[in-house]
Amino acid sequence: MMPSQPAQGRRLSPETRMTAKLLARELKRQFREIVSGPEGFRGELTVEVSDALRIAEVSRFAKSELGFDYLVDITTIDNDNETPRWTAVYHLYSYKHLCHLRLKTSVSEESSELPTVSGVWRTANWHEREAYDMMGIKFNGHPDLRRILMWEGYPFFPLRKDFPLAGKPSEMPDLAFTDVAPLEGGPFVTVAGDNDPTAREPRVRNPEE
Amino acid sequence: MVATRQLEVKDSAARSAQAMEELRDVQGEKMILNMGPSHPATHGVLRLVLELDGEIITKADPEIGYLHRGDEKIAENMTYNQFTPYTDRLDYLAPLANNVAYSLAVEKLLGIHDKLPERCQYIRVICCELARISAHLLGLGAFAMDVGALTVFLHTFTEREKIYNLIEALTGARFTTTYTRIGGLSRDLPEGWTDELAKFTKEVSAAIGETDKLLTRNKIFVDRTKDVGVISREEAIDFGLTGPNLRGSNVEYDLRKAHPYLVYDQLNFDVPYGEVGDCYDRYLVRMEEMRQSVRLLDQCLAKLPGGPVCVDDGKVVLPDKQKVLSSMEELIHQFMLVTHGQDAPTGEVYFGAENPKGELGFYIMSKGGGVPYRLKIRAPSFANLSILSHTLPGHMISDVVAVLGSLDFVMGECDR
Amino acid sequence: MSSTEIGYNSKIEGDVIHTRLDAAVSWFRKNSLWPMPMGLACCAIELMAAGASRFDISRFGAEVMRFSPRQSDLMIVAGTVTYKMALAVKRIYDQMPEPKWVIAMGACASTGGMYRSYAVLQGIDRLLPVDVYISGCPPRPEALLEGFMRLQNKITNEPHINDAKPARAREAFVA
Repeated sequence: MMPSQPAQGRRLSPETRMTAKLLARELKRQFREIVSGPEGFRGELTVEVSDALRIAEVSRFAKSELGFDYLVDITTIDNDNETPRWTAVYHLYSYKHLCHLRLKTSVSEESSELPTVSGVWRTANWHEREAYDMMGIKFNGHPDLRRILMWEGYPFFPLRKDFPLAGKPSEMPDLAFTDVAPLEGGPFVTVAGDNDPTAREPRVRNPEE
Repeated sequence: MVATRQLEVKDSAARSAQAMEELRDVQGEKMILNMGPSHPATHGVLRLVLELDGEIITKADPEIGYLHRGDEKIAENMTYNQFTPYTDRLDYLAPLANNVAYSLAVEKLLGIHDKLPERCQYIRVICCELARISAHLLGLGAFAMDVGALTVFLHTFTEREKIYNLIEALTGARFTTTYTRIGGLSRDLPEGWTDELAKFTKEVSAAIGETDKLLTRNKIFVDRTKDVGVISREEAIDFGLTGPNLRGSNVEYDLRKAHPYLVYDQLNFDVPYGEVGDCYDRYLVRMEEMRQSVRLLDQCLAKLPGGPVCVDDGKVVLPDKQKVLSSMEELIHQFMLVTHGQDAPTGEVYFGAENPKGELGFYIMSKGGGVPYRLKIRAPSFANLSILSHTLPGHMISDVVAVLGSLDFVMGECDR
Repeated sequence: MSSTEIGYNSKIEGDVIHTRLDAAVSWFRKNSLWPMPMGLACCAIELMAAGASRFDISRFGAEVMRFSPRQSDLMIVAGTVTYKMALAVKRIYDQMPEPKWVIAMGACASTGGMYRSYAVLQGIDRLLPVDVYISGCPPRPEALLEGFMRLQNKITNEPHINDAKPARAREAFVA
């Protein structure tokens, strides 16, 4: 085993390495109608894909043509009262070009479905299972969509904004049970967003309010 | 007359392949074996449902979630500083590294990550590298113990006790340190700590050498780990492996070199990587990483500058207690920081750090205010474990323990 | 019932001692407690440290950390018990033969700790009868050894022969 000597032909020379901006522009050129952006914030680029049902196609192009061979993470966000309710965020990374790219797409609550990208990156298998477990978004074409962190038969989706932190009681005989955690009404905390200092005052908040 | 026969002794991969060939026409029943969640060799609460054909595994289904504590939901109800103790308990073998990664992610969101004082950055590097040595010592000790070498475990734990002494002098707790704060550190180094650390680096080099002598050319260890659990380069990238597991599979990529954070670009170190991608390679990568960490620690000690350890911004870092009790401005800052938290801008960031287990990433989406709207923890062990259902089939049961030990995962991080 | 502490000098008294059977049995039991480490999270690391050379739990006769419930008499629940894991812990506890004791090590095992969330069982005493609670997050190995010694004192003062109660009937509150 050698120390860090680069093997021949594995790392691209600086001329062929592209920046995230150029790669994002390539992506936009290929999928002109559905891709918008890129937006930059703190040195990161985010590209918005407006048609969620074509995210697998966009991902396949990103992997095979643009060289984004590593899917870092799939995150899902619950936008609460906004429509569309769900946002899925895909963090991509390219070992060839050494840059990140973020793909965002939105799904409405009525459909709550996304095509799977586990055919593109095999690591997406477990990430999508977690997204299904925590948020309740289904992934079409996933080989094995079942809960991963909670148990089969748990009736709720915990990371949704309308699910309280203390949890709700449930019972799966012989498998698991849940109870409400004693939070004395709710965590004593401030809210995200809202610049109004009265609204931001730390106090007990229940999701039902 | 004694008849002699030529015996060909193959390695474990060839043996299992040959066994599968021979057994192909023998239609036996497959057995389902449940390993865990309470099992000495699963390094935490992991459940493996193995389908066995005799001794050979035909299907492996890891089941996780037995330590799912709801960290991400808790994060939506805590200010940024209040969440730091929860990050300790993610990869609980290297809590300092998790603290640093989280603080860097929040500081990136706040836009102050390039304004950290030099001394703070050097101390954070020292913390990360100490955590790396600590985590690898335990990982190798547990791996060796599972494979059969019990002595190594006791030796590495003695070194870890020395690390615990250092960390306790620095932060007050043996592990679960909660040492960093947003914008800096909770306190500066105590007096004489750097001398203790210098003494320690010499002792740990000797201990690493000892472990090396015990294991690296030990026939039993080599036979149990060579060509077992081979993960090819393409599989490693496709399954999202990071850290020593990725580097063991012939991908030379280290976040500290590719996207340097803190002061890693000013320090000299090498990044070891393996060739074959078997358990033995991953073991060698971790051993060499420990030696490089010692090298980094020595450099940091030599270059450690003086100065403040926190950003000089009243809206981010708690002000001095004396001033809080006497001056109005500091009182208001203290009040706002404790009740409302730091006022983050609207936006989202992702920051990944090179943790001992791999790339620990934090994705923070903020809608303003002191509480994140969504915090996602990208845990390296989550991706590292997903490869088990792909790698284990074809191996024998006894190889499962070697593969699990070499992947070196932590369930606290995997399940969050 | 009362028990007598066994302390004797073999040069003076010889190799034979006289004591109550109860006291002898409690002496045997408390000095050879074989733990079943239910190491779930971070406290498991401190449990391992207590078993390693510096804090040496084998001084107390407990170095045989059997992972088989049938061969142990003390279950040390070290770490956060989630709802998913809870019934597995109960099943393993039920498999342990009498007499058995439980130490809840750490804040998470005692009361749920700092994890007040939907997925964490708020204390293992909701399922099992706990004899000793050790606080700390994680408790130092010295704290674990102190808890261990308190358990040993408790065993000394328990009836073993005449009024032996099964673990379920000892002051346990199963919520």
